[in-house]
Amino acid sequence: MLPTLRYIRLPALLLTLVVAQRAVAQVAVRGDVIHTMAGPPIRNGVVVIQDGKIIAVGPADTVTIPSGFRVLQAKVVTPGLIDAHSTVGLSGILNQKQDQDQLERSAPIQPELRAIDAYNAHDKLITWVRNFGITTLHTGHAPGELISGQTCIVKTTGNTIEAAVVVETAMIAATLSERARKTEKGKSPGTRGKMMALLRAKFIKAREYKKKLATAKEDKKPARDLALEALVRVLDGELPILITAHRAQDIASALRFAEEFGLRLILDGAAEGYMLTDRIKAAGVPVIVHPPMVRAYGEMKNMTFENAARLHAAGIEIAMQSGYESYVPKTRVVLFEAAQTAANGLTFEQALATITSGAAKILGIDDRVGTLEVGKDGDVALYDGDPFEYTSHCVGVIINGEVVSDEPH
Amino acid sequence: MQRSLIVSVAMLVGGCVTASAQDRPIAFIGARVIPIDGEEIPNGVLVVSGGKITGVGKAGAVQIPAGAERVDVSGKVVMPGLVDTHSHIGGFGGADGSAPIQPDVRIYDSLNVHSSGFRRARAGGLTTLNIMPGSGHLLSGQTVYVKLREARTIDDMFIFDGDGKIMGGIKMANGTNSHRKPPFPGTRGKSAALIRAQYIKAQEYRDKIARAKDDPEKMPDRDLGLEALVEVLEGKRMVHHHTHRHDDIMTVLRLAKEFGFRVVLHHVSEGWKVADEIAKAGVPCSVIMIDSPGGKLEAAELAFETGGILEKAGVLVAYHTDDWITDSRVFFRSAALGARGGLSRAGALASLTLAGAKMLDLEDRIGSLTVGKDADFIILDGDPLSVYAKVLETWIDGKKVFDRSDPEDRLHAVGGFGAGDDLRPYLCCMDHQEDQ
Repeated sequence: MLPTLRYIRLPALLLTLVVAQRAVAQVAVRGDVIHTMAGPPIRNGVVVIQDGKIIAVGPADTVTIPSGFRVLQAKVVTPGLIDAHSTVGLSGILNQKQDQDQLERSAPIQPELRAIDAYNAHDKLITWVRNFGITTLHTGHAPGELISGQTCIVKTTGNTIEAAVVVETAMIAATLSERARKTEKGKSPGTRGKMMALLRAKFIKAREYKKKLATAKEDKKPARDLALEALVRVLDGELPILITAHRAQDIASALRFAEEFGLRLILDGAAEGYMLTDRIKAAGVPVIVHPPMVRAYGEMKNMTFENAARLHAAGIEIAMQSGYESYVPKTRVVLFEAAQTAANGLTFEQALATITSGAAKILGIDDRVGTLEVGKDGDVALYDGDPFEYTSHCVGVIINGEVVSDEPH
Repeated sequence: MQRSLIVSVAMLVGGCVTASAQDRPIAFIGARVIPIDGEEIPNGVLVVSGGKITGVGKAGAVQIPAGAERVDVSGKVVMPGLVDTHSHIGGFGGADGSAPIQPDVRIYDSLNVHSSGFRRARAGGLTTLNIMPGSGHLLSGQTVYVKLREARTIDDMFIFDGDGKIMGGIKMANGTNSHRKPPFPGTRGKSAALIRAQYIKAQEYRDKIARAKDDPEKMPDRDLGLEALVEVLEGKRMVHHHTHRHDDIMTVLRLAKEFGFRVVLHHVSEGWKVADEIAKAGVPCSVIMIDSPGGKLEAAELAFETGGILEKAGVLVAYHTDDWITDSRVFFRSAALGARGGLSRAGALASLTLAGAKMLDLEDRIGSLTVGKDADFIILDGDPLSVYAKVLETWIDGKKVFDRSDPEDRLHAVGGFGAGDDLRPYLCCMDHQEDQ
């Protein structure tokens, strides 16, 4: 569609939103090929969604579409796509001071910062990525401080965070990288050694806090500490710690740290992950791999387009991400990044899994999204060709059974 | 490096390898040939000799010289090497922070030919670049057009015009990037005023020289900056103008008309809003393709549709990498996403080749597979607009400069440990001394 039409389309769009919110969404999708990601692709298949949930999936001759349902059709149908790590909603489109809420610089460790308090459900980048088929975002505080805050999981729809949210606190975001190192004189952490010392000391404190909470008598309980409360959830294994690390030495530090405290670690980025596949595999740690089209300099200078394929070949669970961008593009599109993995060593299905079923599993939301199966959320993406091809279009997007886009993008 | 060593060894063993070995014609047979200046040829032949294209056409219709080396490229695609009208690889130099307008500065005085960026660019199928200083100035210096030949110094990459001069343009910018503390401008009005005053100076300088009629007594003192601007006024040096917003684009067109300079609009994020005005001015556009709008105010309304809308309006459209903004290895993607947004297939393929060549005044030498043009071409294993296609080989002046089957070249195509390091310079004889 032509951008010039955007001006006149706006009132119509608002109207659609209002109507859609009121209407009970009942919709079915026909696909020449349906990649359910829960079994082999279905040729000439149908997905039926009632009251926001999938009620039937199968070949067209075995599934009846109830009368009165809106029917969409496309060449290729996939589950709604999942971006396993983004900062969209916090790092606003304009990149001006007032719309950048992804990184608080006042202290190196602030796990108490909740993503839900910072997510702007109206940022235009949410619609931008949704138009390419992305229906779920794991988003939140960006890499750049030792512990920058919490992340959340949202659907790319909804007027408020409350309407969008799937998981309020998904992970605690940490960074072991040059980006978390202070360059100003006298500021800490100024070295990699200091980074680890600060991190370990904070977790030892959290451990003591947890112990006191458990053992102290009611009148001796420690005062509430939001930061330590969040870290106790990590110590308890309730929340994973998401550590952004690119260089092999930083990845090794992350593994060492997680082992010391018995944490559920998810590695983020891992540009040099291909150098440590045996260690990562042995630790049973999944990796949310950096966007392959990330700029290859600084800590990323040894990155390879084949990182995802090499990690996957080693038996490591992987998902793809759009990552965080400080300039242009303000966000990448995870569909395009996964496409590069399909072009560089992964098969089509393996690459698609990194933004559907595999991503859902790593994020712990595979009971709701990531595959087209009965009982799961009605999140579907429709394409007029191979979704990974540059020249294909996303021609429809459905979230919770609601058609949020039916124009080619 | 490996190849340099092999050549050295060959010279020692064989005594002397003359240029004639490289002059043996090579015929690439059986590929889908995309000449750009004509229809795609499903089963085509490309013949190169002496660094030039000497034959192109349907298999059987092109005479293959006796003694030519025959290379079977059936199942593959052959097309011209890519032309990138806007790149920043090779190190970052150009104007400094002392003033907003610095036409005296030449980018090629700051380039490091051993930068890994050059190797990545060859891996992406790029053969000719316009390397530019940045956009933090109203005018940040002279750009340089280079061919990505194997080089020991930047001089080996230069392209010379008919008068033997190093070819290049001049980089200008408007919008917000050049808004800084004084002496830089703080507003758009001031930006335009500063530039107009500078070009008026250049006009006066030009007129003084004309009036002096070669009389050394009457000639003004040499001024490096004004000399470059006079070249701009005379149409000998193209203005490459960073501009995003619709009103900034119109300002460029207004200034170009006032001073009569030739200009290529670069980035043109809101070009879709003023496509007819750009077409009417007859000004070509080199468009940036990035994954999402925003990141800065003036790119907030960037659209994938820009290329297609400009094409329909009758504007010559190219894309550029702006490397580091986008990676040269995925340059094809820019045009392919343009096609996704409505640009024709032919327009998309030309936007990476002939259109760019025209914007650099090089269309007589590069940009299409045409007899007589430089033998700059690439071999791909699939359709150029497909994400799955790989550049297998890149050739410049009839010499192979990238081969994906060579492990060292593959490292730069794919990435991996050491890919980001600068290429070690080949210093003649240093290795030999270590051996002794």
